[in-house]
Amino acid sequence: MAGEVSRIGILGAGRVGTALARQALKTGYEVRIASSSPPADLAFMVDIMAPGAIAGTVETTVRDSDIVVLAVPLAKYRLLAPEFFDGKLVIDAMNYWGPTDGTLAEFEAGVLSSELVQRFLPGARLVRTLNQIGYHELEEQALPTGHPQRQALAIAGDDPQARATVASIIDRLGYDPVDAGPLAAAAAFNAGTPLFGGRFGRREVEDLLRSAEPVPEAATS
Amino acid sequence: MELGIYSFGDVQRDPNTGQLGSTAEATRNLFEAIKLADEVGLDYFGIGEHHTREMPASAAPVILAAAAAVTKNIRLGSAVTVISTDDPVRVYQQYATLDALSGGRAEILAGRGSSTESFPLFGYSLNDYDELYAEKLDLLLTLNQSETVTWSGKFRPALQDALVVPRPLNGSLPIWLGTGGNPQSSVRAALLGLPISYAIIGGKAARFAPLADLYRRAAEHAGMRAEDAKISVASPGFVGDNAKAAKDMWFRHWHGIMATVGKVRGFAPISREHFDYEASGGGALFVGSPEEIAERIVMLHKSLGHMRQFFQMDVGQLPQREFLRGIELLGTKVKPLVDAELGAPKRKEAAIDGR
Repeated sequence: MAGEVSRIGILGAGRVGTALARQALKTGYEVRIASSSPPADLAFMVDIMAPGAIAGTVETTVRDSDIVVLAVPLAKYRLLAPEFFDGKLVIDAMNYWGPTDGTLAEFEAGVLSSELVQRFLPGARLVRTLNQIGYHELEEQALPTGHPQRQALAIAGDDPQARATVASIIDRLGYDPVDAGPLAAAAAFNAGTPLFGGRFGRREVEDLLRSAEPVPEAATS
Repeated sequence: MELGIYSFGDVQRDPNTGQLGSTAEATRNLFEAIKLADEVGLDYFGIGEHHTREMPASAAPVILAAAAAVTKNIRLGSAVTVISTDDPVRVYQQYATLDALSGGRAEILAGRGSSTESFPLFGYSLNDYDELYAEKLDLLLTLNQSETVTWSGKFRPALQDALVVPRPLNGSLPIWLGTGGNPQSSVRAALLGLPISYAIIGGKAARFAPLADLYRRAAEHAGMRAEDAKISVASPGFVGDNAKAAKDMWFRHWHGIMATVGKVRGFAPISREHFDYEASGGGALFVGSPEEIAERIVMLHKSLGHMRQFFQMDVGQLPQREFLRGIELLGTKVKPLVDAELGAPKRKEAAIDGR
């Protein structure tokens, strides 16, 4: 199943969602996108911001995509309908930023946000990545495979096959994928870690993952 | 193309002791900077509401009102007013007062703000972030329409035929919507019939071109006149006599502020290499010689068609004399070069009579 993804669905049409949609289109994916806006309003925006992407509802976007990227404000993840995600490959690109987004009690308990998202979407094969790179850098810093300046992005998830599939997507988007292991390993590239917003190649990311001291997501101030 | 400055009222640092200067000194420095900006022919000065030890510009309209008395042409406004955590009635009264004192030069740039200190300070919850913004903006725009207002909302007592005075000289205040680039905000500004101001503080500035297109098309869709669908751009920048010296010097201050902000938000510090990438060509940081900055403004104008660009120079405890020199060069060197390419901006006749 690894590498066979051709249809990416993006939930969230803000800065992250539209930048990701453009980069995915540019690298040859079929892209669907949904947000809290009605599909007609969204289509107006998407035709300009990410021409070629198909605006839809959350349900059709999830249904008609091989993989779904969560790019909504984290506080809104509970508005998702868990039943849509059974068996789905899902990338969690969200972050918990207490200092800027407001305090959300459930994320203050020291549990990784992705673990909470996974619990809420028990049927999803969840992989955390794309959360550690700025939305505009995603498009500007992308480089072809083998380029000496190519940046690397870590990937964490409990399903090894899901990680492998996501790795092939990250590679095609323009970044070296680095397998960080289980979902819990995402604590090594949360906000507050050197990997968050840092610009590193594969070797450096591997080293930083090895030496990482997990940072609880809330404690970044 | 109008050119200008925005500031958060950055404090000084004593080069010998390393101690931070006083917030009172920073306030007087800001006043001095506005006065100079007017003297050298700049078009806009905006103060961005902040509430920190390093950036103490919490009461923008007070400083602007003082500046109004000693300036002639420069337009005075915010960059931004954190409307979510203020009382729109008070904000409106203050800027309408500024408008009266300045002969019709007041503007409001309303936004969410990039930092969040004002939420706990004024007793608001970040969990109401979106709702607060929408409601307060709605009231602010209502106040701009008539002097008697009837309005109700969730976060503020209702108004019943309330009189809100003074009134602006030109009947209404220019109210801009400030955004960091969320597409929904561009659509929102258009649907509200407002001009938009983009804060472009990283990456390539021209990546805002699709947003500008989105805004204009949404504005057309919403029935805005093309000339009202104005775009302005706020970006970090600094002008020095020598390009390399300006970049070397300003980088130290930019690095300092980014490290501080990064600590709060959990992102890694900026490298010199990345700074140089952003401070050249199509990058978002307008730091360099007058010729270079003029050229880059003109280049960005080709992508965005903006009518105003204003720069945040005083970051990370930039010395006041450097700040003043940067303002002077922007007005005396950059502006003529940009005007030669794009034509001088039309100056509005100052209003002489009010209602």
